[in-house]
Amino acid sequence: MNYFPDEVLEPVFDFITSHKDRNSVSLVCKSWFKIERYSRQRVFIGNCYSTCPERLIARFPGLKSLTLKGKPHFADFNLVPHDWGGFLYPWIEALAKSRIGLEELRLKRMVVSDESLELLSKSFVNFKSLVLVSCEGFTTDGLAAIAANCRFLRELDLQENEVDDHRGHWLSCFPESCTSLVSLNFACLKGEINLGALERLVARSPNLKSLRLNRAVPFDTLEKLLMQAPQLLDLGTGSYVPDPSSEAYNRLKSAIQRCKSIRSLSGFLEVNPRCMSAIYPICANLTFLNLSYAPGLSGNELTKLIQHCRKLQRLWILDYIGDKGLGVVASTCKELQELRVFPTDPLGAGNAAVTEEGLVLISAGCPKLNSLLYFCQQMTNAALITVAKNCPNFICFRLCILDPIKPDPVTNRPLDEGFGAIVESCEGLKRLSLSGLLSDQVFLYIGMYAKQLEMLSIAFAGDSDEGMLYVLNGCKKLRKLEIRDSPFGNAALLEDVGKYETMRSLWMSSCEVTLGGCKTLAEKMPSLSVEIINESQQMEFSLDDRTVDKMYLYRTLVGHRKDAPEFVWIL
Amino acid sequence: MSPENGKILPENDAADLNFEATELTLGLPGKSRVTSDGGAKLGNKRGFFETVDLNFGDKDCGQSQIDVQEAANSPVSKVQVEGWPPVRGFRKNAMTSCKYVKVAVDGAPYLRKVDLEMYDSYQQLLSSLEQMFSCFTIRNYLNEKKIIDHMNGIEYVPTYEDKDGDWMLVGDVPWQMFVESCKRLRLKKSSEAIGLAPRTPPKCASTTERSLN
Repeated sequence: MNYFPDEVLEPVFDFITSHKDRNSVSLVCKSWFKIERYSRQRVFIGNCYSTCPERLIARFPGLKSLTLKGKPHFADFNLVPHDWGGFLYPWIEALAKSRIGLEELRLKRMVVSDESLELLSKSFVNFKSLVLVSCEGFTTDGLAAIAANCRFLRELDLQENEVDDHRGHWLSCFPESCTSLVSLNFACLKGEINLGALERLVARSPNLKSLRLNRAVPFDTLEKLLMQAPQLLDLGTGSYVPDPSSEAYNRLKSAIQRCKSIRSLSGFLEVNPRCMSAIYPICANLTFLNLSYAPGLSGNELTKLIQHCRKLQRLWILDYIGDKGLGVVASTCKELQELRVFPTDPLGAGNAAVTEEGLVLISAGCPKLNSLLYFCQQMTNAALITVAKNCPNFICFRLCILDPIKPDPVTNRPLDEGFGAIVESCEGLKRLSLSGLLSDQVFLYIGMYAKQLEMLSIAFAGDSDEGMLYVLNGCKKLRKLEIRDSPFGNAALLEDVGKYETMRSLWMSSCEVTLGGCKTLAEKMPSLSVEIINESQQMEFSLDDRTVDKMYLYRTLVGHRKDAPEFVWIL
Repeated sequence: MSPENGKILPENDAADLNFEATELTLGLPGKSRVTSDGGAKLGNKRGFFETVDLNFGDKDCGQSQIDVQEAANSPVSKVQVEGWPPVRGFRKNAMTSCKYVKVAVDGAPYLRKVDLEMYDSYQQLLSSLEQMFSCFTIRNYLNEKKIIDHMNGIEYVPTYEDKDGDWMLVGDVPWQMFVESCKRLRLKKSSEAIGLAPRTPPKCASTTERSLN
């Protein structure tokens, strides 16, 4: 099989960068497996409990970049207790003891302690990049350790983390010799920061391309920072409440004119809407605009701003834009690929300001649309059918009707036909989230048409086990399935137990599966870890007939995890 | 949705084939059917409102038929279901820690928004409104709060819409209570605000201090 010596194959493999392709290459033969593993630098582990640090280190000695994901997706919505798991420390501990020269760490939904950050900062001389998304468990003390000890740090990117802010001077911990920063994002921090230290840091970082500030950074500082960093590609303002008659505001206006490279804009966590016009000069070149944390704007101001953004590819906004506003987006943003409309009132059961009309307008005006997250008041089958026709290129389609079992308000029928049209038309669909009144029929369509589907989220949907079976049988590429409050039980769960080995994970909460059913599954499939999350602790382990509140199962190479808390039973 | 009898007949039942599938019931949307073990259940789906009911009642892992029927008959209420809508906790906290309300001024073409959480008192709020609509100034009579446009001599009275949908005069209730119940603000021209802001003579010191808050 091997016509070339290893030294020839290695540089060839360097061209193969996607994880999937690398994984395929490693399966060809023993020799390719060996060459691939020595040359692999980037590893992605979608479920941290599917393997262990020791196996990672043994197989990939050349590891430089590691991506780890911890808690299941529904943890985002408070369905998983905080101390369920996903701890970073064991990974850092093991990597630190090894010879691995870690340079980049990307984490999602992990529990990250200050101790692990400190150990990380001291163990890897060439550490360059830390990206934390939806993580928790650390304080600004941990950030101080990273700042102080990582001498070649290029990227510190904190997205939507729950950080205990000790208001320490973590920013001042970047030494004067640190001039390597390319990306700094601390928008999610709630506390005050040392403004002087921030200004000096930006002034000595000539390579800084991405800067996202938190709410505590006032307008005056923003203006100074922009003067220092006209080379920015990505800007997230903190507070944007200028005094329109001030000198600082005038200076900002000219500073903005010099920032010709900004392509991505976010922030406006506090905003004086009358001063948004200062931003217009950079709108023409924007490809990403995120105003989803700017409730202080009104629909009018938002729409006026967007009218200047003709090159927009990705847009994240709040629903106060309204259907009319979406019409303006549709006629302005012809390059739009991704749209996310979040609810202004996330406590829900409220009144979202967008309906199916806005979505139809978008679909008609933006044929390149391939990714959608849309929180809305209502949806109709007719609208979804139109959207499916207008936009056959959806890769990701997530619809959230605020009332989760709301039927089509015009016909009073379930939304089966509408979603059916989406999956039939969008042959490349990889991710789908359903809502609204839905019967088993929608799952028949999904099983029939959604051949590329990898992730499916179901809530309050379906009538019987048939629904879940259509999906399990039809969606050959399914990797993640998460279901809540739907009438699927043991019959569906147990019909094809081998299927779960082809998937990353299955989540079922408030469904009809019983403890006995889960036990049976665990018995038949030792390669799976079947977890029961039993918060109320009213469940007796012996009562097999009881329905299970929350079940999470995943394939694993390393058996049952040892760090599960008391309320988690691993069957 | 009618809460009383828990069942709704769709108006266009011409297509009757899947009638049962689409029949809407409060607690248990979806058809009632015979389960695989042959026992008939009253619809074995745990519906949205049933889940709502569960949040208040005892957590009973086994769903009895009676529970289910009761859930079906319970009135519709806008209650929070755990984890719905599916918005990340971080975003939920970020958005609810501010309380933006719209501010309308009679005669102005555009509305503004203020974050009530940013103020500690009526005084601060009114000062901020004064700055926002900068041609007006606030004159604080003892227990009247008015905004006066010196240029035109028009008086504005700050009013707000509360949770019940009623329009109230700003300043009567304690500040925190106001923040919680205020949905939107409106500066009404004095002539239109008759009935809300009577021209009462200044009260004695003790009562005015209380209402100035």
